[in-house]
Amino acid sequence: MSDNAPTIQATHLDKFYGKFQALKNVSLSVQPGERVVICGPSGSGKSTLIRCINGLESHDAGKLVVDGIEVFEGSPNLRQLRQEVGMVFQQFNLFPHLTVLENLTIGPIRVRKIPKAEAEASARKYLERVRIPEQADKYPSQLSGGQQQRVAIARSLCMETRVLLFDEPTSALDPEMINEVLDVMVDLAESGMTMVCVTHEMGFARKVADTMVFMDNGEIIETGPPSQFFTQPKTERCRAFLEQILVH
Amino acid sequence: MAIYAVVVSVIVYTAYNGSQSMGYNWQWYRVPDYFYTLTDEGFQWGEIAIGLIKTMEISGLAFALSVALGLFVALLRLSQLVVGKAMAVVFLELVRNMPLLVLLYLFYYVLGPIFDLDRYTASILCLGVYHGAMVSEIFRAGIKAIPVGQWEAANSIGMSQAQAYRFIILPQSVRFMLPPLTGEAVNMIKSSAIVSVIAVAELTTIGRNIISDTYMSFEIWFTIAAVYLVVTLILSIASSAVEKHYASAG
Repeated sequence: MSDNAPTIQATHLDKFYGKFQALKNVSLSVQPGERVVICGPSGSGKSTLIRCINGLESHDAGKLVVDGIEVFEGSPNLRQLRQEVGMVFQQFNLFPHLTVLENLTIGPIRVRKIPKAEAEASARKYLERVRIPEQADKYPSQLSGGQQQRVAIARSLCMETRVLLFDEPTSALDPEMINEVLDVMVDLAESGMTMVCVTHEMGFARKVADTMVFMDNGEIIETGPPSQFFTQPKTERCRAFLEQILVH
Repeated sequence: MAIYAVVVSVIVYTAYNGSQSMGYNWQWYRVPDYFYTLTDEGFQWGEIAIGLIKTMEISGLAFALSVALGLFVALLRLSQLVVGKAMAVVFLELVRNMPLLVLLYLFYYVLGPIFDLDRYTASILCLGVYHGAMVSEIFRAGIKAIPVGQWEAANSIGMSQAQAYRFIILPQSVRFMLPPLTGEAVNMIKSSAIVSVIAVAELTTIGRNIISDTYMSFEIWFTIAAVYLVVTLILSIASSAVEKHYASAG
């Protein structure tokens, strides 16, 4: 793989759930270090797209190459791919039977085969980075939603992935906790991590996105830099959507 | 509880009355000797105690087998393998729709001569297979009770299917599985009595043997029933303690 190859290259992806078409001819290219924010009304296929990128869902047609690995159902390389592409979920999906520290180290220890002491040292470093080093020995259920989501972000960081996918990371949070998570994400974006983020937080998008993507009904309707995307959307549907979420 | 006490006293009263009217000769004083004897030759376990140990041994080994088999069948059924799934379903349907007694005869009279199984081994295998089918359904339900997000999180950090089961899914399933598993252990002890039909010398067989020697059918059957009751009650109490422990561990 040459250095200037895109990190994520999706070409003409189709995805069906029974008869319902969740993705229609979706093409998207993400360069190394690029921050892409995907927005759109619910049911527009944003989450499906992001879940296809690390193989949690499989596309039915088209080609998807992530970090030089072609993604398809039953690919023997999926595990290798997932070690390079981290995912942060709307519902955090922390492991409730493990402490925060164990949540962070189980991947490095079991999957990457890193010695325990080393994994713990790096886990503490990342907890510091998401600003909750003092919670290392608690269980997820003892933390607030915002703290849990920051642990989930740290869990992905511990895998030293090159790409981070965010699937509506703040949608399940109480309003007063959204900012603490967004702050961490801004910090990550500034460090040069390649990020693909599904979110409705337009303030965040404006601040960090290199590219905005608007989806509706399984299609990518519009793509562009935030400067143009927010002030002069090209399409009527995108304008209507932005008006709805920006007015309030 | 009150209703239970009433029912029990009615049964006891009826049995007592009935036995009086048929002139039954109660010999309760002879029963303790069947648990243990203390003579000049020293302490000796009695026949009932030995039978109980045999029952526990058979049930314990068969239970270990049923847990191993149950886990295997449950994982097979939940796997993506079409053939594996089909095999698991066929196994489950075959075992669950067959009377335990018939399954035991199959093991002892059909598989026994073919594979040279003695009655003791045949009993353990039969009970293990029969309860393995039940246990596999318990495992399956426990595994299915874990939210799909846990699988996705495990997969997204690069875990294989086996690693996800071992480190993420099964440890969380245990709390869903333990209560019905102890229930199944109780069932195992109770159904182990059926191996007396092929004359394995466990508690029920011993009871029958003592009666054919002494004709004390009332005392011995009451005693045998009480022994089963005590053992299964102890198990149930232990299981609710474990359950409480898990509930408080959050």
